[in-house]
Amino acid sequence: MAKNENNGWNDFDIGALLFSFDKETKNIATTLQEDRPYSNSNSFTASVADWRVMKPVFNKEFCIDCQFCWIYCPDMSIISRDKKMIGIDMDHCKGCGICVEVCPTNPKSLLMYDEHLEDEEALIAAWPAKEEK
Amino acid sequence: MADKIDLLDIEVWDGNMAASQAMRQAQIDVVAAYPITPSTPVVQNYSTFLANNQIDGEFVMVESEHAAMSGCVGASAAGGRVATATSSQGFALMCEVLYQASGMRLPIVMHVVNRALAAPLNVNGDHSDMYLGRDSGWIQADAFNAQEAYDLGLMAFKISEDHKVRLPMMIHQDGFMTSHTAQGVKTLSDDVAYNFIGEFKPMNAMLDLDRPATHGVQTEEDYHYEFKARQHHDLMTFAKAKTQEVFDEFETLTGRKYSMIQEYDMEGADIAIVCMGTSVETARLVATDMRTKGIKAGVIGIRIIRPWPFEEIKEALKDVKAVAALDRSSPNGALGMLYNELAGCLLQNAKPSILSNYVYGLGGRDLTKDNIKQVFTELKANADTGKLTTPTQQWISLNGEALNFF
Repeated sequence: MAKNENNGWNDFDIGALLFSFDKETKNIATTLQEDRPYSNSNSFTASVADWRVMKPVFNKEFCIDCQFCWIYCPDMSIISRDKKMIGIDMDHCKGCGICVEVCPTNPKSLLMYDEHLEDEEALIAAWPAKEEK
Repeated sequence: MADKIDLLDIEVWDGNMAASQAMRQAQIDVVAAYPITPSTPVVQNYSTFLANNQIDGEFVMVESEHAAMSGCVGASAAGGRVATATSSQGFALMCEVLYQASGMRLPIVMHVVNRALAAPLNVNGDHSDMYLGRDSGWIQADAFNAQEAYDLGLMAFKISEDHKVRLPMMIHQDGFMTSHTAQGVKTLSDDVAYNFIGEFKPMNAMLDLDRPATHGVQTEEDYHYEFKARQHHDLMTFAKAKTQEVFDEFETLTGRKYSMIQEYDMEGADIAIVCMGTSVETARLVATDMRTKGIKAGVIGIRIIRPWPFEEIKEALKDVKAVAALDRSSPNGALGMLYNELAGCLLQNAKPSILSNYVYGLGGRDLTKDNIKQVFTELKANADTGKLTTPTQQWISLNGEALNFF
């Protein structure tokens, strides 16, 4: 529960519920996340990046925009625009690795690395080569 | 569009059919249920109505009572009128979800056909399951016969779905004694019944895509306490006021009067039995007999168990000398629930009545007129001598050596 100014027992909406948006919305499904009027109590406004031990790193060079990672991500943390994979929402990704698991390219376009490895350019420069099968 | 049923003014229904008909007339959106004895016919009749095109809503067959109540929670949060029925072990399996339903403030209506809890396994009536639900945050009403199961079955939707109340409601009836005993039940026509209940008005519906809501959120030490306080407050104030309001409207419509507690022969009563379920009717017969013998005996039937009618009971018992609380559930290590609740009320009266506790009828053991006569006789001795002349707790009609405590 997000704190608000009035937090006495009589100040909440009844029922254990929270509204995703501060106001009424129209056509929310076709509005991009960054343009939605999320309320403070919506998880979109909270970062859970510190839950992560491993993180996915995205290498655009091999990506074929199949959207598998976008479909499978349980936290809607794959950012896709016009059916192109453009990156990962690192505020909400919990590092589960499902995107890497389902990535069909060779080599994979997403790989898991230790969270503390900060230099992503170096990781991409040392990306594994195509595996011969 | 569902076909209507032309009901006779008086139909011969058992308690289960009375409950099913009230559910049909309410035009429920979703019933999720898992049948269990003795409430099985509630759901069975309902599915027959569905098969006969007499119901428009959905009927969801689930794999357990836990799933049944979970289905009800989902459907109710989504924004529909929802009801179900259960008994005993099924009720016990629902318990976890009962608290979810009330905490999420979902107006689910449930017929609970009361039955004993195993072990030993037993299909007959007692109030063990009713007592199990008493801290669950639901409004609990008790029907003493089939007519009342029907009437309360209609009124429940109107009480529970009120936007200030928004709390689920159980209607209890005694397993077999009410649920399987056919009686004359005065009916309302489908139109009159539905117009009385009114159309379902959703509130914060999960499926309102213009204002989506997340139901069943988590709160820790920051706000959990406030949520529970709000729920308790609304149950104690709004639910109680709305119940009385609906009782009054129902009386205007039908002439049948309901109140938080039902008082019989209580005018100037010296002694009184307080009980629930079918026992109320048996006790009434005996009280009337007692009155013809000049003994001022009365009966109070608890109509609304939660919210507990504290003030009403205090007032009704203020001049009564001796009172017996009849509990039809094994207290398992205490005095009975009714005894304890009544003691709380009596304590605040200037002259607290002498209170005694009787456990009876577990697993369907009959409570006879003679049993009740004996209770009244003992109460009279308490009233005459001004003190408790029996042990505080006695077990009625128990085979073997007499069992009593304190």
